[in-house]
Amino acid sequence: LDFLLSLTIQIRLFARFREVLGRDMIRLSLPFPERVDEIRKRLQTEYPELTALIDRSAIAINGEYAQNDQMIQEKDEVALIPPVSGGSNKDIGE
Amino acid sequence: MIRLTQEPIDYFALTECVRLPNCGAVVTFLGTVRDLTGDQVTVALDYEAYPPMAEKKIAEIIEDARSKWPIGKIGVVHRLGYLTVGEISVGVAVSSPHRAEAFEACRYIMDRFKELVPIWKKENWADGKTEWVHPGSETTPTS
Repeated sequence: LDFLLSLTIQIRLFARFREVLGRDMIRLSLPFPERVDEIRKRLQTEYPELTALIDRSAIAINGEYAQNDQMIQEKDEVALIPPVSGGSNKDIGE
Repeated sequence: MIRLTQEPIDYFALTECVRLPNCGAVVTFLGTVRDLTGDQVTVALDYEAYPPMAEKKIAEIIEDARSKWPIGKIGVVHRLGYLTVGEISVGVAVSSPHRAEAFEACRYIMDRFKELVPIWKKENWADGKTEWVHPGSETTPTS
């Protein structure tokens, strides 16, 4: 029998994400272990209307721009960072 | 000095806080709310931050600038909340022994700030519509 490990994370939302979803935090359950870029895919499945903006957004883990292949840990503070006015954030974390 | 504030930016205090006897140059940059973007008229901007990360990123940019130029002191202040046209949204002050370094460092800090620091702005257009500025985005007014 295989044990399926999972992880529930809270994701902080800002700017257009916060306004469109009407809250500043969402919960997401993920299998464990899981990569950071899976957060983007899961959010795009749940909120298809935000697909393009999610594509251009960075994920921050504990206040740092995360790499796509970084693994998510249990107590991580996760935030969805839409592009700031200087350019697309996604380029920074990769 | 690094500060995120809801209050108007005291640019005199910002400038004073970087002055030093060994620094013959002080450069202060102020970013203000502009009335026109293309042909669209702005009434106000709302600024929102992810404060702990914003402060951390600003600190990293400051350390980065210090590794490139001989800098005396650096002050960075960003205002958050609702700002009308003409108000100051950001201030960067840099002191250095000579002016060339102070100009270059101040520009570098502001350029990196716009790329890296999680602070966003929402346009409040004259026609009553609002729009978060997320570059590269399809422009969809949110109200």
